[in-house]
Amino acid sequence: MLNQYFFDSFLIPGLIIIAQILAVVVPVLICVAFLVYSERKVLALIQLRRGPNIVGPFGLLQSFADALKLLTKENIIPSGSNKFVFLLAPIITMVLSLAGWAVIPFAPGLVVSDINVGIMYLFAVSSLGVYGVIMAGWASNSKYPFLGALRSAAQMVSYEVSIGFVIITVLLCVGSLNLTKIVEAQQTVWFAIPLLPMFVIFFISALAETNRLPFDLPEDESTLVAGFFTEYSSSSFVLFFLAEYASMILMSSMTVILFMGGWLPPFDIYPLNVVPGIVWFTLKVIFILFLFIWVRATFPRYRYDQLMRLGWKVFLPFSLLWVVVTSGFLVIFDKLPS
Amino acid sequence: MILYSISFYLFSTIAVFSALMVISAKNPVHSVLFLILSFVNASGLFVLLGAEFLAMILVVVYVGAVAVLFLFVVMMLDINFIKLREGFLQYLPFGALLGLVLIIELGMLFYTETYSEVRLVEFSNKPLIAEIENTKMIGEILYTDYFYLFQISGIILLVAMIGSITLTLRDRGKVKRQDINSQNNLDSKNAIEKKKVKLGEGI
Amino acid sequence: MLQIIKSFTLYELFKGLILTFKYIFKSKVTINYPHEKGPLSPRFRGEHALRRYPNGEERCIACKLCEAVCPAQAITIEAEPRTDGSRRTTRYDIDMSKCIYCGLCEESCPVDAIVEGPNYEFATETREELMYNKEKLLSNGDMWEQEIAQNLQLDSKYR
Repeated sequence: MLNQYFFDSFLIPGLIIIAQILAVVVPVLICVAFLVYSERKVLALIQLRRGPNIVGPFGLLQSFADALKLLTKENIIPSGSNKFVFLLAPIITMVLSLAGWAVIPFAPGLVVSDINVGIMYLFAVSSLGVYGVIMAGWASNSKYPFLGALRSAAQMVSYEVSIGFVIITVLLCVGSLNLTKIVEAQQTVWFAIPLLPMFVIFFISALAETNRLPFDLPEDESTLVAGFFTEYSSSSFVLFFLAEYASMILMSSMTVILFMGGWLPPFDIYPLNVVPGIVWFTLKVIFILFLFIWVRATFPRYRYDQLMRLGWKVFLPFSLLWVVVTSGFLVIFDKLPS
Repeated sequence: MILYSISFYLFSTIAVFSALMVISAKNPVHSVLFLILSFVNASGLFVLLGAEFLAMILVVVYVGAVAVLFLFVVMMLDINFIKLREGFLQYLPFGALLGLVLIIELGMLFYTETYSEVRLVEFSNKPLIAEIENTKMIGEILYTDYFYLFQISGIILLVAMIGSITLTLRDRGKVKRQDINSQNNLDSKNAIEKKKVKLGEGI
Repeated sequence: MLQIIKSFTLYELFKGLILTFKYIFKSKVTINYPHEKGPLSPRFRGEHALRRYPNGEERCIACKLCEAVCPAQAITIEAEPRTDGSRRTTRYDIDMSKCIYCGLCEESCPVDAIVEGPNYEFATETREELMYNKEKLLSNGDMWEQEIAQNLQLDSKYR
């Protein structure tokens, strides 16, 4: 009796939840490995180099070899560090970069948890990401990580504001915070076209939010050694590394969902709409990720005061203005979603 | 529904525990980190109540922005918190009294149904899933019944913001500032000026 | 006005992006190093070697000019007459961790005995392995004789 109850109400739902989590997390981690590989390869192509080509066919297994190397190394904990926080920081960063995937709809109905406030959840998770960095910088008890942590705290908080306004603009056009509904609202036209300036601002802010070049000041090699993870080695370093790339993919998926119509084909015509939604989704995410890498290969790093100026004096007023313009447009032409 | 109760007790225990740790941790940075933990658990409780919008706002605003600045300040400033805490026992009776009053008030809210017209707290043993999203419900109340209060609180925040900016803004005189527009407008023609310099005179 | 349009349309940023995109399709300039190697000048100064005459007799006559000229004092030579009366080294050591690969030893040698060959892949796992003795140098000479002779031949015009 009790056994049957236990089986029905705990074991099976629990196993289903765990299976769902694994079904998302494992592909994400594999994607991260190949993202690292493709980043190195694309950078190499642009810089007229060869890139990794030894481990496996075309060097495809390079990231796995690197991960194996890092995991077998000794985990060094600095003696002056705050041990608990020091070890907690990479775990938090990793968990947060994976937690966001719970609400990403890959295709119609293909989502772990289709909650009403999906976009708010993503926003909240990405805003929590700053804690891993701050904790790492503080717990290392060393100058460079601390400077990196301070920079990242200021940077991520500043760019979150403009990301917030961009999200509000999209929400005005959709009328729901649910990610599935946001995608479905783009049936006629992707938001990237009517809201092009917001799309650009969102993309640039996403670069800053994930600490990617040209905004990678928290881990700026030429001035801060490696920024907030200077003192990290071995598996803790792997966690930071994986988290950075996982959040990169998360941000790209967020861009795709908000602006590029998620799983929708570019045109709703015969040969295109037969292709399953997840394929379109993946292709779009890959395109955005390519943009991330392409931008990295092209632009020099911003100076810190310029970064802050861009965030507060250019993006914030501009996105605020655009919120007003969009809502005005929607009200005047009576196009507000019910 | 046991899962629901388990998560309720999990969230609330961690929230209470971390709230205790906020005032008892020796290291001020640990205090702030526990504060954040308690915020996150409170937002978990909101989710259990079916108030997912409030939960997310709590995380975005308090955890994502306010607590970051807290942490920032605590990390940067070298405050001797041990010294600040010396009068702990002295103020304990007063604090306990305050706490007691608060508990009694909360208890009255919970146990008298006639305390207010609307029952403030609905007891439920499962997450409430309303037909209307609670984002919409909040919006409908906030922008109709409580519109003026909402606007006034916004203005108060604006005043506070402008006030703090004017308090801290100062003109430091001879500071070289970057004028990005003039830099962008510079082209090769007027970037270099050619001058004929006479021997032994200089410019 | 033009400037404002340019900065709002991110004209210059896109110009940069297009430039880097073009580079993706250009041919690569790096070589696949351990499998392919770049060309070397005949004057390349790599790992040292002691050469022999075609009949197998070692060239070095222990004049110690190289030892004297070596700016890093990496070379140590000891010598005594051999039973057949010829003057040869009993010890010829080069501390490769001191050597600065200036090539003065090679230039000072009257009999082209000590040379710096074309080999540059002699990294070792221990420091001790870098203390070359006479056997090591002679065996290097035997191994690389063909290339060394060819290089000397090519370079002889300019000597």
